[in-house]
Amino acid sequence: MNIWLVMLVGGLITFGMRFSLIFLFGRFQVPETMRKALHYVPPAVLSAIILPELFYSSSDSLNLTIGNTRLLAGIIATLVAWYTKNTLFTILAGMAALLILQLFFQA
Amino acid sequence: MSESRKEFWSGVRAELPLLIGVFPFGMIYGALALNAGLSTAASQLMSSIVFAGSAQFVTAQLVHDAAPGFVIILTIAVVNLRHMLYSASLAPYLKNLSLKWKVLLSYLLTDEAYAPSILKYEADGVSPFSHWFLLGAGFSLWLNWQVSTAFGIFLGAAIPKEWPLDFALPLTFIAMVVPALKNRPMIAAAVSAGLVALLAYALPFKLGLILAALTGITVGTMMESAK
Repeated sequence: MNIWLVMLVGGLITFGMRFSLIFLFGRFQVPETMRKALHYVPPAVLSAIILPELFYSSSDSLNLTIGNTRLLAGIIATLVAWYTKNTLFTILAGMAALLILQLFFQA
Repeated sequence: MSESRKEFWSGVRAELPLLIGVFPFGMIYGALALNAGLSTAASQLMSSIVFAGSAQFVTAQLVHDAAPGFVIILTIAVVNLRHMLYSASLAPYLKNLSLKWKVLLSYLLTDEAYAPSILKYEADGVSPFSHWFLLGAGFSLWLNWQVSTAFGIFLGAAIPKEWPLDFALPLTFIAMVVPALKNRPMIAAAVSAGLVALLAYALPFKLGLILAALTGITVGTMMESAK
């Protein structure tokens, strides 16, 4: 599908959600279960993206070897994120770890 | 100064500390979107067409992974569902506005515009000009997001193609998700979604991602309810 069409539909859906209850005020309430479920959207979606990126890096099968530099760098970044809670530090530490590990495993 | 202008600038001032945090984020988005394979125009315009940070990062990642359009759209929808909560929460304060105002303010309704506005409305209630506050907060964030995206694209274009910059996207997601893992339902949601994503990786059209996300959301919600 064309990226512009994807962005347009994605944008319309996003706008629709922002507009929905402002527009329908009083005629529809967000159900309690959905209110609860929404808290779990970010950890669920993001981990579903992160883990395959780390474990399947550049191959179509699970890469559990010590030479999987992306997995190792991801683990380091996770620790940095846990202790610093800082986005920029996490990205920098993960990138630095990947570059160093790549040098190490290519040598 | 007119009442409306006063409210507008008071919204801008309330937004300022958030703008400082959002600017580097917009730059990272711009650089990574370009690197993920989006054109300069698409990277920039996504910031005004979709105008939702995490959904834009996720879209860049999925474009990089060559996911089909309907999976990207479905993912954007799931990631942005939370905006319905903001919409519900602000609705009583905006109910007397014209449709034009409701449309404009809805377009500008991000996490960062919602936060200071709901605090103000809950503290001060509504006045005939209080919607200008949300406009000030929302518009300053919008402008900041467009400019920071442009800076990021400029920066991203200068980075050599051989650098493994695509890895910065999963790293950004790690930075977003790890600090949120504060209790068992959150951890269970993340772990179950991650496991299903690994097991269902072979499914066509990246449907494993949708399946994994729904699993994680269900597991987290059920664990919270069981407490």
